[in-house]
Amino acid sequence: MTALETSRVATPSRWRPVLREFSESPGAVIALAICVLLLFAAVFGPWLAPQNPYDLAEISFFDSRLPPLSTSPDGHFYLLGTDNQGRDMFSAMLYGLRTSLFVGVASGVLAIAIGVSLGLIAAYAGGAFDAFLMRFVDFMLGFPSILVALMMLAILGQGTEKVILALVVVQWAYFARAVRATALSERSKEYIEAARSLGLGHARIVFGHLAPNCMPPVIVIGTMQIASAISAEATLSFLGLGLPITEPSLGLLISNGFNVMLAGLYWISVFPGLLLLVLIFAINIVGDRLREVLNPRNAR
Amino acid sequence: MAVFFLRRFLQTVVVLLLVSLVVFLGLYAIGNPAEILLPDDATAAERDAAIRSLGLDKPIWVQYGVFLANALTGDLGTSFVYNTPSITLILQRFPATLELALSALFIAIAIGAPLGLYAGLRPGTRLDRAIVTGSILGFSLPNFWQGLMLILIFSIGLGWLPSSGRGETGTIFGIETSFATWDGIRHLILPATNLALFKLALVIRLTRAQVRETMPLDFVKFARAKGVSERRILGVHVSKTIAAPIVTVLGMELGSVIAFAVITESIFAWPGMGKLIIDSINRLDRPVVAAYLLVITFMFIMINLVVDLLYTVLDPRVRLGGRT
Repeated sequence: MTALETSRVATPSRWRPVLREFSESPGAVIALAICVLLLFAAVFGPWLAPQNPYDLAEISFFDSRLPPLSTSPDGHFYLLGTDNQGRDMFSAMLYGLRTSLFVGVASGVLAIAIGVSLGLIAAYAGGAFDAFLMRFVDFMLGFPSILVALMMLAILGQGTEKVILALVVVQWAYFARAVRATALSERSKEYIEAARSLGLGHARIVFGHLAPNCMPPVIVIGTMQIASAISAEATLSFLGLGLPITEPSLGLLISNGFNVMLAGLYWISVFPGLLLLVLIFAINIVGDRLREVLNPRNAR
Repeated sequence: MAVFFLRRFLQTVVVLLLVSLVVFLGLYAIGNPAEILLPDDATAAERDAAIRSLGLDKPIWVQYGVFLANALTGDLGTSFVYNTPSITLILQRFPATLELALSALFIAIAIGAPLGLYAGLRPGTRLDRAIVTGSILGFSLPNFWQGLMLILIFSIGLGWLPSSGRGETGTIFGIETSFATWDGIRHLILPATNLALFKLALVIRLTRAQVRETMPLDFVKFARAKGVSERRILGVHVSKTIAAPIVTVLGMELGSVIAFAVITESIFAWPGMGKLIIDSINRLDRPVVAAYLLVITFMFIMINLVVDLLYTVLDPRVRLGGRT
């Protein structure tokens, strides 16, 4: 009980210097602001978008293939132009961003939950389970992630939940390895011994005491992995193996635009691509800064 | 060493068996291939005959045994679309993929090494920071998006280079290659550059780190004291020292370049293994998909085995201390 209370009290004072140090880099703050803005746009996309691009009643086929900044005869203004079917690209991108972020974050969170749990248990338990799990992790990491995801989707077929599953399978090993490494050094520290002496159960020691102290590397890798999951999902959807056409992510929008790009309709592919690029770049900059700030070698 | 090798060999066999089981269950056992092969108006008798001739009436483990036995003799089924053995199809496409991957590695070194060298010699300068930040950007750019931009700029915008296909190939020393004709080389430039960009950041960071490590070493100081020109020190002494580790790391990356070629080949319609697998998945050509998965798994296990062996030879601590 005492140990738990101290860790709760300690939390705010532990994170405040991190935040302060993080904000010393203006680039990282801008990147974080962009991430928050895009997250906001994704969550409230349906209310922000001028039209629902997947409601056939709202789109007009006569407005198809309009270039950016054009106004249709009946008074609709299209900031980023329209696609083949007359969809407003800006609205389609908001919906696509929503799908892309959802897949990226959902797979990231699931992979963290699985990877961190297994890594912690391996480090805490040691022995055969640890040896077996780490051998398996090495094996998984020996294959390029995009290839594993591709193989899984080749067998499973299309679908949002299948893409998320494939991305989780690809990502969990990174978390397991990183958490195990941290947990191994944390395990021998006094607070774990104290928790043991208090007679706490294994589950409570591992998830209540060990886990919070292994979080810094998880946060860093988690940020980077969400970026790479979004990128991987876009790639898979672009190849036609990812999300179904009914739920177009940014990758699928780019893919649709690619088919007409050779005819000079560049905006259908370029704008979703730029949005994807900004999203991934911003997340990576934030992750890079977090790595610098949370690195235990940079003494605080 | 022998024990290490034997253990790795057994591990390889177990992994291949597991993958073959997953592929078999995933691609063959789910859904009935007879439904795909038979015309819609087939009678019940014809259907029964087909099911019997395909061995689908036997228990599942017998079917798996047959699949495995065939696979061991190199028979991984016949493509529904091309009506040729799927393994032949894959091997036919392999040279094109290898050519693309090797060209990409070459371009990555040709562009990345000088940049990394420059950044490593002047750490902390503005240009160094620009190069390092640029490599994060390169990291972030999804590979397929880079490919699209290359097409948009160099094919559609400037009209300099073709955007798809392999072009004309010729034979050099009995090997069919794009290098033999100017048309072939023109077709190769964009896809190879696209694939190279994916490893460019790695080459830059690696070279930069190697240069920073090597410059303060004694042999560099000695060469300087001897009066060797700075250019010769860099061009001969330092380059020779850092070349080996860079080439070793990139050689190990060859597998992942071949894997990522799937994306590049799809964008540029490059007739390699990667385009074959994507086309086959979209056409439900199961035997080719199954064969590709088994071949690529085998290839990667072999690559990882060679990498591990190399590490063991180069660094005996791996062998003595590790669990491996």
